[in-house]
Amino acid sequence: MASTEQTNTEVGHDGGHASGVFPPFDPSTFGSQLLWLAIIFGALYVLMSRVGLPRVEGILAARKAAHEGDLAEAARLRAETEEAIAAFEKALADAHAHAEEIGQSTRDKLNAEIMARRKAFDAELTANLDAEEHTIAANKAKAMQNVGEIATESTIAIIQHLTGQTPSAADASAAVSHVSNA
Amino acid sequence: MAAESEGAIDPIHQFVIEPMFHVGGLTVTNSAAYMIAILVVATFVMIFGTAPKALVPGRLQSLGEVAYEFVATTVRGSAGHEGMRFFPLVFSLFMFVLIANLIGLIPFTFSVTSHIIVTFALAAIVILTVILYGFYKNGLHFLGLFVPSGVSPVLLPLLVLIEVISFISRPISLSVRLFANMLAGHITLNVFGGFVAMLLASGTWAVILSPLPFAMTVALSALELLVAFLQAYVFAILTCVYLNDAIHPGH
Repeated sequence: MASTEQTNTEVGHDGGHASGVFPPFDPSTFGSQLLWLAIIFGALYVLMSRVGLPRVEGILAARKAAHEGDLAEAARLRAETEEAIAAFEKALADAHAHAEEIGQSTRDKLNAEIMARRKAFDAELTANLDAEEHTIAANKAKAMQNVGEIATESTIAIIQHLTGQTPSAADASAAVSHVSNA
Repeated sequence: MAAESEGAIDPIHQFVIEPMFHVGGLTVTNSAAYMIAILVVATFVMIFGTAPKALVPGRLQSLGEVAYEFVATTVRGSAGHEGMRFFPLVFSLFMFVLIANLIGLIPFTFSVTSHIIVTFALAAIVILTVILYGFYKNGLHFLGLFVPSGVSPVLLPLLVLIEVISFISRPISLSVRLFANMLAGHITLNVFGGFVAMLLASGTWAVILSPLPFAMTVALSALELLVAFLQAYVFAILTCVYLNDAIHPGH
């Protein structure tokens, strides 16, 4: 250390190039320069290798991890979205199918009901028609019978009026039926 | 430029090492002060600048990250993945040389790397690392570095001799390349700058010629900026190449 100082002091006295030595080749400055280079380069190496470079490495690694994490997150979210879309479309299709089913079954049910009611109504109508026909037939027969009686009574009245004689009811009736049958 | 304006151009004066002040038993020379400045700048960028640890970096942090990635890419490309164990060394060398060169470009400053002893010491660190790690990792196989494979036995002694000379010349070429580039660049800049001052001070019709050396100074400054970066890069990449020899000595 002392010798370094010595050499530097000498350099100072010389006033540098005044001695005629080209400064970069002046050995009297070598000791001082090497000493300072050792101190400074040693400090630089320690600071860079212990602090600076690990820190930058950490920053770059963190950035890389963040980028990859973001990309993975984006991919995950996209997959989730696609899943949700698929689920929604499936639900929609199911709902469509279900609605179709409900509509069809309701239609079938209503058709069946209409058919049943129509049949019942038909049957009722037929029954009523038959009953009416029977009544008409009975009334007709009864009316025909009454026509015979009226004819007999009319015959009796006519004969009585014409001849003054009163025929028996049995004869008149026989005569009427004889005529009406002919 | 006061000295130059008196007449004589003295391009050597800028390389003189003078004591500035004393701290304890240590003499702080101008060279030492600039080395301290290098350490301060490197620390400012790489430690202060990266302190926010921001996911989206600011300017200073970007600068630190770019420096890291640039040197890391160089090391991986030249010395492979195993070479990354020397990454802090290569990075420190690169930053030291680069900042020294860039600071030296500021007018009236001193360039630490314009002294052969500094560049030689840096080259010696590289070569000693290569030799020590080469023997530590490969044992005597490291000497295989000097024996090219697939050569006829007649030529072998000659080739081994050439390989040995080439290996020995590595620290010399590594240090002289950087030193000579810085020295020559600064002398040239100083000479052309001195011409400007001389022409302006001449007081004759020659004053009108002064823009010519000034334009030259501007152009040379741009060139020196390129050289400053390029020499730092060359130093770093050659370090990687030499370290690669220590890691994989077989040809």
